[in-house]
Parts: sequence; C-alpha cells; structure tokens
Amino acid sequence: MFRAVVRLSTSGVRSLARTRPCNSVPLASRCYSHAKVETDEEFDARWVTYFSKPDIDAWELKKGMNTLIGYDLVPEPKILDSALRACRRLNDLASAIRILEAVKDKSGPYKDIYPYLIQELQPTLSELGISTPEELGMDKL
Amino acid sequence: MLTSRALVRGFKIGFWRPLSSTSSLQAVHGKDMSADVLDCTAPQYNNRLDTPLPDVPFVRKLNSEQKQLKDKEKGPWTKLTKDEKIALYRLTHELSFPEMRKGSDEWKSVLGGVFIFLGLSGVLVWWQRVYVFGEVPHTLSEEWVEKQTQRMLDMRVNPIGGFSYYWDYEKKQWK
Repeated sequence: MFRAVVRLSTSGVRSLARTRPCNSVPLASRCYSHAKVETDEEFDARWVTYFSKPDIDAWELKKGMNTLIGYDLVPEPKILDSALRACRRLNDLASAIRILEAVKDKSGPYKDIYPYLIQELQPTLSELGISTPEELGMDKL
Repeated sequence: MLTSRALVRGFKIGFWRPLSSTSSLQAVHGKDMSADVLDCTAPQYNNRLDTPLPDVPFVRKLNSEQKQLKDKEKGPWTKLTKDEKIALYRLTHELSFPEMRKGSDEWKSVLGGVFIFLGLSGVLVWWQRVYVFGEVPHTLSEEWVEKQTQRMLDMRVNPIGGFSYYWDYEKKQWK
C-alpha cells in the first residue's frame, strides 16, 4: 500500500526504421523481463509467514528485519505485527522498539505513515507491553 | 650523505623494531594479545540506519544487575517500567535513530581552520610583497604606459576584436 512500485524494464524501445519508401512506419518492440511479478498481497503474505515461524531464531529475525528495511517500501502493519510477536518469542524488547524506530525513519518525509502504523499496531503493542519510542521519550535527543 | 643514510636506517629500525618484536613475542607465547585488539573475523556491533538490528548487542558482558533485567525481560513486558525498557534498549543499542541522525558541528571547526590558514597565507603574501620584492620595472610607470597605449593605438592593435576597436579615432576618446 505504501510501496513505491517500480517496474523495471530491462531496456528501452527498439525501433526498426526501414529506408524503403513503402515501409516508413518504425516498428517498436519493448523488452520486459519474463519473470512473474509478485503481487503486494503475495509479498506481505510471504513476510508474515517468515516472521510467524514459531521457533524463529535471533539471527533469522535480524536477517529478515534488516532485509525488509533494505527494500524501497514501508512494511504493512501485519508484517510488523508478525515481527513484533517474533521479538516476543525471542524475549527481545530492545529489537521491538528498534523496529518501530526503523519504520518511522523509513517513512522519510511522509510523516503520516508512522502514526497510521502505530494506530494499527496499538492492540498488539498494548497486548505485548511494547512501548513506542515516543512513550519512552527516545524520539527526542 | 653517509651520515644521513645512517640516520634514515636508524630511524627505520627505531620505528619498526617495537612493532615487530611485540608480534614475535606474542607468536612465541601464544594467544597473549591485549584485550583491545579487534578480531575482524567476528561479528561486530554497528550503528546503521539501514541495518536496524545489529549483529551483536552493544553490551555483551552483563553485570549481575543487567542479568537480572534480562531475566525480567523473559516475563511479560507489561511489568517493566519505562526506565527498565530504556535500559534494555541501551544494552542492545548504543545510539538511537535520532542520535544516529544528529550530525555534528565539526564542519564549522573545519571551515574556521581553513579560513585561518588562508588568512595566514594572505599575511605572508602581503609581507613578501612589501618587504621582499624590489621596485616594479619602469615600464609600468604612468608615463610609460601612456606612451605605450598611444603607440598601440597608432599601430591599430586588435582593430576588430579588442583594444583599438574600443578607441574612437574621430573623437579621440574611448568608446
């Protein structure tokens, strides 16, 4: 939903301009990659499943989170919910707070993404007892 | 020549001997390295905006108080106070995101230093101009330059692109 969907085309327009007078219209063909494009729902489902693994270990959590932050998108609340529950299973409150800080930073200039995420995650945050960085006073220097 | 070469050799020995002897000593005695030598093969802590969860926690050797806090973390987090939560965060992370983004005022010092040195150079150049350089050649005197300019105009120097072009020969003045 908040993702900047970038469909990369592998090359530009290839036009064949014939010099014969009867064929003056250039033929244009585009080259797109033939790989199947994953939909947003599939992407979200894949990541929710990743973090929902019951015996997820600390390394997998770190790897997943760092990879997710590397993408050009802000994760959906359901992915973050799954990640926060994984932190709970690993008894890692610091990582849970760090994840919230990271998605706020990831939103960049779009200041209304983070309040929306917190609003959606509020039930989970209350249930697990995770304080937001704002509540802890850590968003100010 | 010979003395300078001996000096260089002496300097080189003096510089390298302490380094080489300590490492050879260490090799002889085994793993006797000082604690602050960094093992670059092991995962290290880092503060990065694009890697929110670092490879290792910031504080690894926990004292008993910190260990107790870590045990409390295994229970419900609703029972932790705000200070305890902040303490847990600081055990794992050195800098928070706002602290990482903060930046510093170092650029002001750098710019100031640059200007100071430029100023010093300027003073040197001025001093040199006033106290070192001799008189300017006589061909730069007013009288000579006037005569020179008149000669250039008489020769029609650069009549199209410059110089004589800008002189109005009828009115005998610059255009």
